[in-house]
Amino acid sequence: MNPFEYRRATDVAEAVAAVAERPDAVFLGGGTNLVDHLKLGVTRPGRLVDITRLPLDRVEPLPGGGVRVGANVRNSDLAAEPVIRSRYPVLAQALLSGASGQLRNLATTGGNLLQRTRCVYFQDITTPCNKRMPGSGCAALDGYTRHHAVLGASPQCVAVHPSDMAVALAALDAVVRTHGPAGQRAIPLVEFHRLPGAQPERDTVLDHGELITAVDLPAVPATRRSAYRKVRDRASYAFALVSVAAEVELRDGEISQARIAFGGLAHKPWRAQRAEQVLRGAPATAATFQRAAEAELVGAQPLADNAFKVPLARNTLVSVLTELTELTGATEPTQEDTP
Amino acid sequence: MIVRVNVTVNGEQCQADDVWPGESLLYLLRERLGLPGAKNACEQGECGSCTVYLDGVLVCACLVAAGQAQGRQVRTVEGLADGAELDPVQQAFVETGAVQCGFCTPGLVVAAHDLLNRVDRPTDPEIREALAGNLCRCTGYEKILEAVRLAASRRNPGGRPGEAAEGESR
Repeated sequence: MNPFEYRRATDVAEAVAAVAERPDAVFLGGGTNLVDHLKLGVTRPGRLVDITRLPLDRVEPLPGGGVRVGANVRNSDLAAEPVIRSRYPVLAQALLSGASGQLRNLATTGGNLLQRTRCVYFQDITTPCNKRMPGSGCAALDGYTRHHAVLGASPQCVAVHPSDMAVALAALDAVVRTHGPAGQRAIPLVEFHRLPGAQPERDTVLDHGELITAVDLPAVPATRRSAYRKVRDRASYAFALVSVAAEVELRDGEISQARIAFGGLAHKPWRAQRAEQVLRGAPATAATFQRAAEAELVGAQPLADNAFKVPLARNTLVSVLTELTELTGATEPTQEDTP
Repeated sequence: MIVRVNVTVNGEQCQADDVWPGESLLYLLRERLGLPGAKNACEQGECGSCTVYLDGVLVCACLVAAGQAQGRQVRTVEGLADGAELDPVQQAFVETGAVQCGFCTPGLVVAAHDLLNRVDRPTDPEIREALAGNLCRCTGYEKILEAVRLAASRRNPGGRPGEAAEGESR
């Protein structure tokens, strides 16, 4: 591990300045994806600015019914938060499907959004990787691509984003709040992560020194149902091959609102707007769900080892939508059915 | 740059000087404070061998930078037993033979201890999920599951699997 300087920040402005003033400085949150990269040599910062003691650890109601989640709220705490469990079940489920208990206890909301890809070639410093070392090439293209992207990839990078939480946040239309050298801004989650294009080294639209301070969740109507389904190689503690975050509202057997995001398919949480267009106003039937999935996945470009992801994503979406719309049903729930 | 780290470990105030920022809490515990219970295996947060409590919650000590432990409370596997009397989880691991090479054992014991603090009589799926972050390459896990069931039954003889611990909301 290269030598670096460690600083503990006491307020947001100080933290931002301490990173902004040095090109090789980074923020340190829960450390679950930075400390391991320091050891592997994937990243070699000269300064770590520890932000874990900043007062960004609260979950607060917003005027109008939304919720503000501080950037330092731990993944395990957020998943256990009553308002998240009751009103944003898709988010609680996504959080609990990620990593292990030990890691969720360390990992923060802001840090989860900033975790790097688990592409093995990115993590192996002996192989070329345009994300780790721009211009060096992509070892995955001629390598083992079972876990890689089928949507939105570029000739420079076929990595996928590993977060479960971010997929749920994409479906929820969450907004990332930041504080940077140029001031504060609010970035819709769906615009926060980038597709790789010719600059795969940039995962997000954040500027150097720009700190995530919170994630805002918009209010959700009580009639909305949501769920997260993750498909992986074992029952727990594995990254998604495919995941689906879905929210739907039904009116008289028709889908009045739908928000869908895929994980495991692309360099960013993949908001499925083409699928949503098919769903809105359509009857809640298996045929509709199939058409929605096909509309989104028609442009998929599988690699040598991951063609299975396309039917897997389609089937997972159909299954989640079937479950959600059966739950809401055409009839009002009786007292016994109400949880 | 070097720093001084003050940390409470198993109830004792400890101080380490000349700590390099690149050290982890795990290194601090093992190499500076003489507590080799938490094991150094993957160093990536993947195997759970270094599992300890930090301010009462389960973490991988290998992923906590030493400086981040400043002023905080750590409880390691060495702090579970009451004098010569093993914690029920440790006793159950001994009796069921849930140990082969022993490298994963301290992490599993701490993780199982945490589970039984949260859930009196966990179901098998709950045990499996709670121990998912602890890898064992010898036992095949069956004896470990048996140990956790045994410890749970002794801690709460009247309870049935699936019941949450008293006062626990999760």
